[in-house]
Amino acid sequence: MHPALSIILFTTISGLGYGLAAVLGLGMLDPTAVPTKVAHFAALALISGGLLFSTLHLGNPQRAWRAFSQWRSSWLSREGVMAIVTFVPLCMGAYAAIFESRHLVVSGLIGAACAAVTVYCTSMIYASLKSVQAWHTPWTPACYLLFSAAGGLLLGVFFAAIAGAGGALMQMLALLLLAAAWAAKFRWRREMLAMRPLSTPESATGLGHIGQVKLFERPHVNENYLTREMGFKVARKHAEKLWRLAVLLGGMMPALLLVAMPAASGWLAVALAAAAVAAHFLGVLVERWLFFAEARHAVMNYYGG
Amino acid sequence: MTSLPPAPTPKQLGLVIDLDVCVGCHACVVSCKEWNTGGYGAALSDQDPYGPNVSGAWLNRVHSYEVVPDGGEIVGESGEARIVHFPKSCLHCEDAPCVTVCPTGASYKRADDGIVLVDESMCIGCGLCAWACPYGAREMDLAAGVMKKCTLCIDRIHNETIEEVDRVPSCVRTCPANARHFGDLADPGSDVSRMVAERGGMDLMPEQGTRPVNKYLPPRARRPLAASAPGIPLAEETDGAKGFFAWLDGMLDRI
Repeated sequence: MHPALSIILFTTISGLGYGLAAVLGLGMLDPTAVPTKVAHFAALALISGGLLFSTLHLGNPQRAWRAFSQWRSSWLSREGVMAIVTFVPLCMGAYAAIFESRHLVVSGLIGAACAAVTVYCTSMIYASLKSVQAWHTPWTPACYLLFSAAGGLLLGVFFAAIAGAGGALMQMLALLLLAAAWAAKFRWRREMLAMRPLSTPESATGLGHIGQVKLFERPHVNENYLTREMGFKVARKHAEKLWRLAVLLGGMMPALLLVAMPAASGWLAVALAAAAVAAHFLGVLVERWLFFAEARHAVMNYYGG
Repeated sequence: MTSLPPAPTPKQLGLVIDLDVCVGCHACVVSCKEWNTGGYGAALSDQDPYGPNVSGAWLNRVHSYEVVPDGGEIVGESGEARIVHFPKSCLHCEDAPCVTVCPTGASYKRADDGIVLVDESMCIGCGLCAWACPYGAREMDLAAGVMKKCTLCIDRIHNETIEEVDRVPSCVRTCPANARHFGDLADPGSDVSRMVAERGGMDLMPEQGTRPVNKYLPPRARRPLAASAPGIPLAEETDGAKGFFAWLDGMLDRI
């Protein structure tokens, strides 16, 4: 699959935003501290920014409002609806924290739950497609949810460090979630690499009863929408390198920095947390890139690739 | 609504494509583009139409495959492989995944005749339906920013202002080899249903669970190449020559 930059940025940035929103909703940060108020603002900005990025690849973005109508059948529509619904408790929580320095327990819990459901809907857009076999597994939503939670906790650690408020629990949880996210991702990737293709050139053409089917000639000389959209190959060539880079940046570096954090204090702790967030963000970007680039679409059975 | 109508629809209009007959001339491809660029919805645009990187939206394309039978024999310099030309357009699936993923309701399947259509005035061009289709039946029109697909020539098949003989999809009307047939596959007595029953019409990628309406008739079994080998005239072989050629053969042998 072709990794459209707007979709990669959308899933990464909004995932991070929803993770932070859930951390805030669960009241893990001191609502009287100024950095917490900034964190509320940051969560809303990340979520809105991500949603705006997602409209960039649309052919007719002026009609995007119509995407709220088909929640009965479409995960993309459900995601749109949930994104809007989630804004309500998140904005209420942000208002209470920023202007009244207090944490709203009920709306916080609802906000955290809504954030999780929204990320789940995003992941199901991909996981529901049978035509992309690598995505069509419950491990896809597991990875999206766990990466979002790990990213949110890392951001929580960062804002707690600015406030100078230890945040030992969040550090432990962040470490735990990082490990869980990458464990799920390793599992996801192992499944993908070991996969027996559901569809083959033989089943795609129905000619398997005669023998082995090979593409003799494409319908056209140049690329078309389908081969550009579904037949992306650049990152596949470097997949192993990129995968190692993703694990290093998105998993190992933030984990090491988290382990080092209890020994640090003041601005050093802030710097360590910032580095952990930045490394994780870049690592997840590479991971998301591979999520698209490595996935093979059934239509390529017709195009010899 | 992007929820699917109750299956099966009372009529299942669709195509039957005979892979034994198709000669791969691409006339259906061109005729489809010509009709549909002036018909239902936005014109089918091309990008860089006269340049080196021409590309555009087409609703029907013909692939060509080489099928090598298991243990296929090699006789002389010829292998047993056969070439199969393979036209592909929307299969108007009963369980169409492209319809249910649509977030706006632009993509829908008609409850009465089962045709899968896009209401372009509602399409946001997100491309998710093209991802959901395992067959590559949908292509984005990059100029209009909306998804295009085979309409089964909805503006021909029910059109009473044109001759009755023309009330079939453009590709079917054009095919010079008669490899494409249009009809109601829900009616067991229709010509297309009878063809499917007689020739063992098949679904493409049945494992994807889409239950396509369009059916493909497999190429007929061919005599193995070895069976035809004795009949193949070889330059060095003159056995069985008669008359003038036998005399000439004898004379040339002697000198």
